Amino acid sequence: MSEIFSYYPGCTSHSTAIEYIEASHEVLTALDIELRELPDWCCCGAASAHNLSGTLALGLSAFNICEAQKEKADLLIPCAGCYNNLSRADYALRHDPEEREKLEKLLGFSFTGEVKMLSLVDVLAREELRPAVRERVKKPLTGLKVVCYYGCAIVRPAVITGVDDVENPQRLDTMMADLGAEVLDWSCKVDCCGGDLGLTHAEKTAELVNKIVDYAVAAGADCLVTSCALCQANVDIRQQRLPILFFTELMAEAFQIGNRQRWWKKHFNNPANLFQGS
Amino acid sequence: MSETFLQQVMEESGQPINLCYQCRKCSAGCPMVEEFDFPPNMVMRMVQLGQRDELLRSKAIWMCISCETCGARCPNEIKIAPVMDCLRAACLAEGVVPADPVTVALHTSFTESIKTFGRVHEATMLMKYKLRSKNLTSDLDVGLKLFLKGKIPLLPKKTKNVRKVKEIFQAAGR
Repeated sequence: MSEIFSYYPGCTSHSTAIEYIEASHEVLTALDIELRELPDWCCCGAASAHNLSGTLALGLSAFNICEAQKEKADLLIPCAGCYNNLSRADYALRHDPEEREKLEKLLGFSFTGEVKMLSLVDVLAREELRPAVRERVKKPLTGLKVVCYYGCAIVRPAVITGVDDVENPQRLDTMMADLGAEVLDWSCKVDCCGGDLGLTHAEKTAELVNKIVDYAVAAGADCLVTSCALCQANVDIRQQRLPILFFTELMAEAFQIGNRQRWWKKHFNNPANLFQGS
Repeated sequence: MSETFLQQVMEESGQPINLCYQCRKCSAGCPMVEEFDFPPNMVMRMVQLGQRDELLRSKAIWMCISCETCGARCPNEIKIAPVMDCLRAACLAEGVVPADPVTVALHTSFTESIKTFGRVHEATMLMKYKLRSKNLTSDLDVGLKLFLKGKIPLLPKKTKNVRKVKEIFQAAGR
């Protein structure tokens, strides 16, 4: 019997992260995990709302928690930024009675806490899923040297994300090793790529991106792997040295599923020649 | 007066700012610190000392990218990102001219898109931002490439209950 999660797509699911969402759906289906999109959802406020108003940031995220609660299944949030925002609101609803009362009144609901907020890494890196993932691998990523880049949003603050190690997280590394890739040690796993200020301070963002890519290249990486839609777009767009892949794209490559050639063309640094003969 | 400001920011941010003893771990690991007029450790000290006006006029509050690196490393568990959120909100609420108007222009254009559609529509949001920031030409090549790769949809997707979204904006005074 398949496992069922509610699903919050987020705005990038139909724009900059199309290939991430397509790859993720392919991988989840292959692992017999079913998603049910929330009947209604709004933007979580992204990297903007919290800069202007705390009420706005929490209110927009709580709108979606309210919708998820009606569906009575844990909520899967593939976009790292959305996951972070919704988890913050969930944390406030659980731990701050004053804020909870305010949000319940504003949205006209009563928070039950029955629904958990989950990132795609939370769902796919579960220990109990590892045998199924390994079994599904048709063409191991043997010889592919990867660095795993976690960024900010699925890592900090640890009290909200429940990350395994705030300075040296391991879950993407373990998943990539299970696919047969050669996972390299490097220093920038949790460094910020500056994505939130990419549109306003492009030069500074390019500096942060290039430092990360310098370290990845120095470690000997063929590509950088991430689970964050903003990191992927930002790091891919602002340099021409290294392909930047979503972790589910590499899972799909190892599983040999999905329209991968189409996804590779969506990248600024086309990763196609990493997978010759597939 | 000074004590009141510290207490007010501590209460609003929920952060124990009074515990900061200037170890500077925050500033050592901050990816944006070179763009700050006052590094994060100094921002903490200024809040302690009640230097309200300087803080609301500072570039630091807008250049903080909320990556939370400082908060993860603070030995006193002070999370500076929510403190910055409070200071930004105070800057806007009191009509202080923000030291980095481009960033405010982006956040305003972005949230306006949410207010209209319930979700972000990149094409119209970016146009509004460009007009508002008078920064018409930057990253145009990137935008065009994204469009050609099918990553900037022409038509917006909407939240069904946009009315509720507008109510959230109203409650937030936006």
